[in-house]
Amino acid sequence: MILEGKTWKFGDDISTDHIAPGRLFHLRSNLEELAKHVLEDADPEFAKKVQKGDFVVGGNNFGLGSSREHAPTIIKMAGVSAVLAKSFARIFFRNSVNVGLPVLECNTDKISQGDVLRVDLSAGVVENRTSGEKLTFVPLPDAMIKILNDGGLLAHIEKHGGFKFD
Amino acid sequence: MGKTLAEKLLGAKAGKDVVAGELVIAGVDVAFFQDGTGPLAVRQLRKINLEKVANPARSILFIDHAAPSPRRELSNDHMLLREFASNTGAVLSEINEGVCHQRVIESFARPGDVVIGADSHSCTAGALCAFATGMGSTDIAVGMALGKTWFRVPSTFRVVASGEFSKGVYSKDLILHLIGMIGADGATYRALEFDGPAIESMQMSERLTLSNMAVEAGAKVGLIASDRTTRAFLNKNDRESDFREIKPDSDASYERVIEIDVSKLEPVVSCPHTVDNTKWVRDLKGTRVNQVFIGSCTNGRTEDLEVAARILKGKKRHANTRLIVIPASKQVYLEALKAGHVQTFVEAGATVLGPGCGPCVGVHEGALGDGEVCLSTQNRNFKGRMGNPDAFIYLASPATAAASAIKGEIADPREVL
Repeated sequence: MILEGKTWKFGDDISTDHIAPGRLFHLRSNLEELAKHVLEDADPEFAKKVQKGDFVVGGNNFGLGSSREHAPTIIKMAGVSAVLAKSFARIFFRNSVNVGLPVLECNTDKISQGDVLRVDLSAGVVENRTSGEKLTFVPLPDAMIKILNDGGLLAHIEKHGGFKFD
Repeated sequence: MGKTLAEKLLGAKAGKDVVAGELVIAGVDVAFFQDGTGPLAVRQLRKINLEKVANPARSILFIDHAAPSPRRELSNDHMLLREFASNTGAVLSEINEGVCHQRVIESFARPGDVVIGADSHSCTAGALCAFATGMGSTDIAVGMALGKTWFRVPSTFRVVASGEFSKGVYSKDLILHLIGMIGADGATYRALEFDGPAIESMQMSERLTLSNMAVEAGAKVGLIASDRTTRAFLNKNDRESDFREIKPDSDASYERVIEIDVSKLEPVVSCPHTVDNTKWVRDLKGTRVNQVFIGSCTNGRTEDLEVAARILKGKKRHANTRLIVIPASKQVYLEALKAGHVQTFVEAGATVLGPGCGPCVGVHEGALGDGEVCLSTQNRNFKGRMGNPDAFIYLASPATAAASAIKGEIADPREVL
């Protein structure tokens, strides 16, 4: 699958509190409303300006903190097609795959705000169409590729009646 | 080849020999969610007509993050959890009972168990030698319904702690120091295994603080071998038969060994806005504090309250510093009442609230104002964590917190002990 969109660049240590803050705890059962605040504490303008197909690009340890699955869910609901970062926190990484949001581990140092990226998910390549540079990303473990290809964990379980990684 | 604790625990549940890096499907002994993650989990199961639990007596729904409910949206979420418990036979832990992680170690997790919770600090039960880890709502929903989940067996960092703690220095200082040393992503995807003479001589409440914060270094679990301290803890909770001795093999293979001499440690504080931003308390003395919070799944146990009460006895909080104390569970609350700690806190000018997560998650019971500073015994100081992205959170031990409440600024507990 090929994804193409513009970059929203963030720094290191973007936590789940930046993405879905605790003060909005009461909106967790109203995801449409919560999504209007996505990444608000990292960039108050992001939710208003992000467009369908855009990429969120972070630095080290993206998604650290809470287990709240609402965080990757509202990133996806905002229209973001994938998150790229130098490294991800474990629970956020797993949650993203479970909700069908691709998470790509690659060196994001040379990706800047506004850069247009073209991502070939199956080839594992990120092409920066603004700078002309090409990057490769670390492939997901097989189990996660299966979950992602099925459309997320719920769809995987519904399709196979349980975990099916063989 | 010898096995680490992580390999032993997951191998036993997967029914085969496993090594780090391998993918396994393992049986789940305890599965839980809380009021922040549970409503989504319930809705996910309903979407695929799977509203059931494989093991009702060990599937628990905790109402702890917003307990009692501060607003109607959350009251409705609580209603959904009560309905799910009634439909499936899962255990409901009501608003009076306390923080999920404390309740799990008091009544549910056993050495050898696989414990999964929809809360990142589910790693707390690793101190009982359970493979305990946090996941998101859908993972826990599925794990609870099917009674199994999948794991990649983590490689292990062995943390060997030797020496004796100086007066005024605790396991909280050790874990903050370790996270400062290796970084907030220093152990991502790894298991931490805490070992060495300083761990062997540590009481259970202190061990639980270590395991609780494993995730703050990115780790999947924070494991400690079960021993006579584990047995004594289970006995105290009328769970003698739940004890099993589990130790890593002496020839187990570790990715990294980190040695720390705890006698060289001083009180440590994590500064805003990441847990690995650590400093010695002596380098922060004089930092004004508007609010002190003593509680949470990290440091809201009876032993923590006792340390704080000893310092606060007969003293008053500083006039410009609010003090909030929250026992982690009903059991802790009762023990603190019996020991007279609650009276000590109230006389010192503290606001003592009912068991729960309190202000740690930023939902209620002590949200911070613009520019305000909080010193807390909790585990996380991210921007916005306590309800306000324009506030500043420092993390420390209960002793440092109590000393700071009296002085109105970050203070060294060794000066008042």
